[in-house]
Amino acid sequence: MNPIARNGKDFWTGLIYVSVGCAALIVSRDYGMGTAVKMGPAYFPTILGVLLMVIGIISIIRSFLKSGSPIGAVAWKGLLLIIVSTLLFGMIVRGAGVLIALPLLVIVSACASARFSWKFSLAEAAGITVFCIVVFLKGLGVPLPILGSWFGY
Amino acid sequence: MELLANLGLGLSTSLTPLNLLYCLAGVFLGTLIGVLPGLGPTATIAMLLPVTFTLPPVSALIMLAGIYYGSQYGGSTTSILVNVPGEAASVVTALDGYQMARQGRAGAALTTAAVGSFFAGTVATVILALFAPPLAAVALKFGPAEFFSLMVLGLLASIVLARGSLLHAMGMVLLGLLLGLVGTDVNSGTQRFTFGIPRLADGIGFVVVAMGMFGLAEITRNLENEGDRSTAVKKVTNLLPTREEWKRIIGPILRGTAIGSAVGILPGSGSILGSFAAYAIEKKVSKNSKEFGKGAIEGVAAPESANNAGAQTSFIPMLTLGIPSNPVMALMIGAMIIQGIQPGPSVITEQPKLFWGIIVSMWIGNLFLIILNLPMIGMWVRIVSVPYQMLFPAILVFCSIGVFSLNNTEFDVYVMAVFGVLGYIFVKLDCEPAPMLLAFILGPMMEEYMRRALLLSRGDPMVFVTRPISAGLLALGALAIIAASLPAMHKKREQAFRE
Repeated sequence: MNPIARNGKDFWTGLIYVSVGCAALIVSRDYGMGTAVKMGPAYFPTILGVLLMVIGIISIIRSFLKSGSPIGAVAWKGLLLIIVSTLLFGMIVRGAGVLIALPLLVIVSACASARFSWKFSLAEAAGITVFCIVVFLKGLGVPLPILGSWFGY
Repeated sequence: MELLANLGLGLSTSLTPLNLLYCLAGVFLGTLIGVLPGLGPTATIAMLLPVTFTLPPVSALIMLAGIYYGSQYGGSTTSILVNVPGEAASVVTALDGYQMARQGRAGAALTTAAVGSFFAGTVATVILALFAPPLAAVALKFGPAEFFSLMVLGLLASIVLARGSLLHAMGMVLLGLLLGLVGTDVNSGTQRFTFGIPRLADGIGFVVVAMGMFGLAEITRNLENEGDRSTAVKKVTNLLPTREEWKRIIGPILRGTAIGSAVGILPGSGSILGSFAAYAIEKKVSKNSKEFGKGAIEGVAAPESANNAGAQTSFIPMLTLGIPSNPVMALMIGAMIIQGIQPGPSVITEQPKLFWGIIVSMWIGNLFLIILNLPMIGMWVRIVSVPYQMLFPAILVFCSIGVFSLNNTEFDVYVMAVFGVLGYIFVKLDCEPAPMLLAFILGPMMEEYMRRALLLSRGDPMVFVTRPISAGLLALGALAIIAASLPAMHKKREQAFRE
C-alpha cells in the first residue's frame, strides 16, 4: 500500500488529519480571531485545527516507527456502486420521479453484490417502489413525484 | 412521596392510547429493523428518525426510546440466531448465544435474553427515576465552565472506549468538532466552512452524517466479504429454559444488571462496555466457566441484562445534563433539538410531563418487548434469513428517502453519499466513527460554553481548572486517557476489544 511508512493506517490517517487541520486554519483566517474575552468566529476552529494537525503529525511520525496491520482489501466495486446509485437517485428523483429513480437505485446498488441476480433484483425493485409510494409518498407525505417533470408532470 | 407523584404524572402521560401506540410502534419497528443482520441501533434510529418529526415531542421521544431498545433486542436475536452482531454491544451475546442455537437451544437463549433484558430494564428504570432528579438539581448549579469540562470528559471517555488507536480516536473527535461548526456562527453571523454553498448555512444535518457513516459505510464494509451466512435455526421451538437453566441465570442477570446500570451512566460508554464487563466477570465467577464460549446460558444472561440496563441508564446523562453518552443518545439529543426542546438540566423542571413520560414509557416499552418478541419469534427468524444481497439495496432506499425527507432536498442525499465515502475510508483506517458523531453534536455547544466561560473569567483560561467541579471533571478525563495509554492497560484494552 505504502512503501515509505511501516504503518499505512497511521500514515494515511495522519495525512488526513494534517490536511484537514491545515485547511481549517487557512479558511478560518478570514473569520476574525477576537480575543479570549470575546471569542471571534475563528477562535475555536483555530484551536481545533492546531490540535488536529499535532495529532496528525504524531500519527505520521508513529507510522515510520511502529509497524501495524495492513489496510486490507478495499471493496472498490461496492463503494463505487453504492455511491453512484445514491448520487444518481438524488439527481433524477425530481426529474424522473420515484417510479424510475427507486428501481434504478435498487438495481444499480444490487450489482455491488457478488450474488447479483436480475430476477430477484427486479422483483425487489418493484416491491420496494410500491412500498415506498404507499408508505412514504402517500402515507408520510414526502413531496416526491411518482413521475417527474421530465415527463411533463 | 414526590417520586410517586412524578411517576403518576409519567403514567398519565405514557398511558394515553396514542402514546401507548407510538411506544408499541417504536418497539416493533425497532425490533423489525434491528433484527436485520448488520444494522445496529444507531443506524436503525437514524433511519427511523424522520418518521418521528411530525409527532408531538413527547410521543416522538417515547417512540425513539422504543426504537432504541427494540433494535437492541432485535440485534441480540440476530446475534443468537446467525452470529452476526448488529453492533458492538451484542458481540459478546453471539459468543455463547450462537453456540446454544447450534445445539438446538435457541429458544432458551432468546427467552433468557428477553427475561434478562426485562428485569434489567425494570431495575434501570427505577434507578433512572431515583437518580436523575438529584443529578439534574446539581447540574442546574453548573456554570459554563463546568459544562465545557463535562463535555471534554464525555469526549475523552468516548476516545478511551473507541476501538483501535487512541490517537486516531482523538483525531476523530477533533474532526467531529470541526464539522459541527460548519454553518452560520450564532454569535457573529459569519458563515464558517460553507465554501459559498447556501445549503450549508444551517450546518450539516446530524442524521445525514449518521446515515452516511453508519449506513452507507457499513453496507460497503459488509460487501467486502459476503461470506456464507447460514442460519443455525430454521425454526425455534421450545422457548422455555429448563428448571436447571432458570436457576443458572438468576445470578448472572442480577450481576449483569448491576454492572450494566453502573457502567451505562458513564459518559462515552452506553451499553457496550457494560456487556463486555458483565461477560468477563461472569466468566470469572461462574461455576460453569469452562462452558463459556461453548454455549453457556450464563454467557447470554449476563451481557444481555447489562446491555439493556446500560441502554436505560445511558439516558441519565442525556436527560439530566444534555450530554450524550453514545451515538444513540447523540441522535436523541438531535431529535430533542429538532422538537424545540433545549436538552439540559432544566428539561426535568420545565418539561416534567416529557421527562416522566419517557421514563415510565421505558418500562412499558420493555414490557411490550417481552410480550411482542417471544410469541413472534417465528417472524423474526424468517426476517433474519433474508439474504444480504436483498437487504442492502432496501437499506439504501430507506436511507436515501429518509435523508431526502429531512429537508425535502436532494442536497442532503449528496452529503450523505460524501459521508458514506468518508465513513468507509475511516473504517479502513481503523478510525471509529462513534466519537466523531458525538463530537459533531457537541461541537457548537462546546464552543458556546467555552465562549461564555471565558467571558465570565475575563479571558482567563485558568477558569477551567480553578473551579473545583470543572477541575475534577477534567482530571477524571485526563486520568482515563493516561490510564488507557499506559502500556499494561493498553494491552488489556486491545485484548478486551478483540474478544
